[in-house]
Amino acid sequence: MGAIEGLTLGFSHALSLSNLGWALLGCFLGTAIGVLPGIGPALTIALLLPITFSVSATGAFILFCGIFYGAMYGGSTTSILLNTPGESGSIITALEGAKMARNGRAGPALATSAIGSFVAGTVGTIGIAFLGPIVVELALKLGPAEYFMLMVLCFVTVSAVLGGSALRGLTSLGFGLLLGLVGVDLQTGQPRLTFGVPELLDGVNVVLVAVALFAVGETLYLAWRYVEGPVEVRHVGSIMMSKSDWKRSFWPWIRGAGLGFPFGVMPAGGTEMPTMLSYFMERKLVRPEHEKEFGTTGAIEGVAGPEAANNAAAAGVLVPMLTLGLPTSATAAIMLSAFQSYGIQPGPLLFTTQADLVWTLIASLFIANVMLVVLNLPLVGLWARILKIPQPQLYAGILVFATIGTYGISNSVIDLVLLYGIGIIAMFMRRFDFPVAPVVIGMILGPMAEQAMRQALTISQGDWTVFVTRPISLVILLIAIAALAGPRLYAAWLRRMA
Amino acid sequence: MTSRRTLIAATAGLAASGLGAGLLGRPALAQQRFESLFVFVPAGPGGGWDGLGRALEQASRAANLVGSFQFENVGGAGGMVGLPRFISQRRGRPNALMVGGAVMVGAGITNRTPVSIRDVVPVARMTTEPGIIVVPASSEFQKLSDFTDALKANPGGTSVAGGSAGGIDHIILGLMLKSLGRNAREASYVAFAGGGPAQAAILGAQVKAGISGVSEFAEQVKAGRMRALATTGETRSLDGVPTLKESGIDIVMGNWRGLFGAPGINAAQTRALVDYVTAVHASPAWREILTTRGWDDAFLTGDAFAQFLTRDHAETEQVLRDIGLAS
Repeated sequence: MGAIEGLTLGFSHALSLSNLGWALLGCFLGTAIGVLPGIGPALTIALLLPITFSVSATGAFILFCGIFYGAMYGGSTTSILLNTPGESGSIITALEGAKMARNGRAGPALATSAIGSFVAGTVGTIGIAFLGPIVVELALKLGPAEYFMLMVLCFVTVSAVLGGSALRGLTSLGFGLLLGLVGVDLQTGQPRLTFGVPELLDGVNVVLVAVALFAVGETLYLAWRYVEGPVEVRHVGSIMMSKSDWKRSFWPWIRGAGLGFPFGVMPAGGTEMPTMLSYFMERKLVRPEHEKEFGTTGAIEGVAGPEAANNAAAAGVLVPMLTLGLPTSATAAIMLSAFQSYGIQPGPLLFTTQADLVWTLIASLFIANVMLVVLNLPLVGLWARILKIPQPQLYAGILVFATIGTYGISNSVIDLVLLYGIGIIAMFMRRFDFPVAPVVIGMILGPMAEQAMRQALTISQGDWTVFVTRPISLVILLIAIAALAGPRLYAAWLRRMA
Repeated sequence: MTSRRTLIAATAGLAASGLGAGLLGRPALAQQRFESLFVFVPAGPGGGWDGLGRALEQASRAANLVGSFQFENVGGAGGMVGLPRFISQRRGRPNALMVGGAVMVGAGITNRTPVSIRDVVPVARMTTEPGIIVVPASSEFQKLSDFTDALKANPGGTSVAGGSAGGIDHIILGLMLKSLGRNAREASYVAFAGGGPAQAAILGAQVKAGISGVSEFAEQVKAGRMRALATTGETRSLDGVPTLKESGIDIVMGNWRGLFGAPGINAAQTRALVDYVTAVHASPAWREILTTRGWDDAFLTGDAFAQFLTRDHAETEQVLRDIGLAS
């Protein structure tokens, strides 16, 4: 069945009243859980698994996909407004988004992330329908060696968030790498840095660390340095995106979507790496007149790009699931177990044996995307109003919100201890001008890079040349070197010419 | 409505008691075994252990064996996060069951946690899933002997993908190397986090072979993207694929799942739990679940299960020591 034919069939099923209802319910639930840090789409779908006993397969999967896409939309809202990322793909969004909100640009930041999510979600879903099977075959050619090089490339992005002092930035990065080491080592099964606490065996949750660093750290810092005075109400500013905002967002959306989708398709890709790369790219490509907005008042490019990358990657994650039956993320794994409770064995034959279901699902992804942007855009004004709450009350609310969300991750008191422990560290980091973003980057990339490197070396029997003898690996390494050294060489060359 | 429900329940109960009585050779009562039952799942919702717990509920409700169910999921580290919590919070409670299995035995040894699966009361082994050894479709290994020859000649160059180190997949490879006269430490085992990335590495021929549970790879084998060389059960799991045992490698290994009672319950209370799961096992609803989910029945209770557990623990510890993951 061709893609056009399949889509026509899919839309004819998905546009039924009950299926539209499931999509709407899913979008709504997804947005809500995306807003809460900790409670992600995987957990929500797992809790909803019992509905598979009474709801048709099509209805259930439309609901699940709505939740999945909706969570990607919702996750950015708290990142921007409260500096509290709802899930790991929107951690980077918080970097510029929260700064924009603080400077009276919450409306445009939320709008660019909603519209960017729509653009990227649509690009991603078109990718699933037309390119899925081809891209996934290419992605299978990537082995651990290539993944390690991709992570090396992502480490370059740290340079964009190091801040004024490289020493401080690298210290933060080291702290992140250290946190990433906690837990059972995958390659040997041995616990590292767990100090006999069973809750630490699975490592420290990255969303927890992000919430602690961004939200708790900032709140504690403000409480510490707060000076009683006239209550300052934050300026909400214009809700709409101006003409220049549209112009500045357009290419970041497209670039972010183009970067995100292939990473989502890669079995070991995920949503974090493309958001980092997109941020780095936008920071380097920004027009000189807006360059100083990065890291100070917040640049809209830094929200539009990563947010688009996040959503396109989320769409990409569905490709290996639908074309090969590979669960490459927690959410995909749960969805696959839902397939099984309908007696459908997900695998490479899914597209042929369950064509109706698969195409209806893809069609409903398009519908969910439209619903989400329609649902989210009018909410922008409402959300932005949160910032009118006076600071002490607002930050007390953030603290409550962060605590509930973190407890929701695994109902563990240890997690709360970690949240506040790391929050206090973050408070001092803020006091002494250490950037917090490198901590999160180190924590996400460190363990991934370590495992990929050791997998590659196990396969090559300890031969380090594997990273340069495999062509794709070598190309990525060269790109990384160019990204790191290129701008400096270029600047030096300009100076010599002058 | 009420009367109809009672009628259905009574019929189901009668059917269950009839079967139960036939199997046990003594009169089993049609009434509820437990007014309420607490089921502890030391893994997140949606996984294999959670599936067993929910299936227990489904079958018990159909046979009207339990009034109400309460579930708690505490996931992480192969069950080693949940286990200490079950032990400390449910001690002496006669109506609490924990789901567990082979993964927990290995995790307890490699993680060196202070508690292990031996600290809870074995009630019954319910299901098992044999392992499967596959190679990429493009592989030069056509049959099992091609793979074992390569493994024997050069274990370091024969990379095998599977789940986390020290897990069942790794143990199967270790046992195979041992039976081939090599040292388990020589294995070139590449651990991946979860089935997806491991499958991708095999499909992309990044590794020479892969080991996992049969259900993980069965669809890829059917679609011709992977070639199955052997399964590790007592009998064949896939048509035309031999077991290790019939191929002359005396290894029978499965990812078994079972139920455990809280520590500190007395013999009579253990007996009651065993009787209850025996009744569940005999119910038609349970039969149906086994077929729809494709689970292999591995029912074993009481002392026989306890002995199996002791043996499994000792064997697992020995292999992990050979691999170098346990002291």
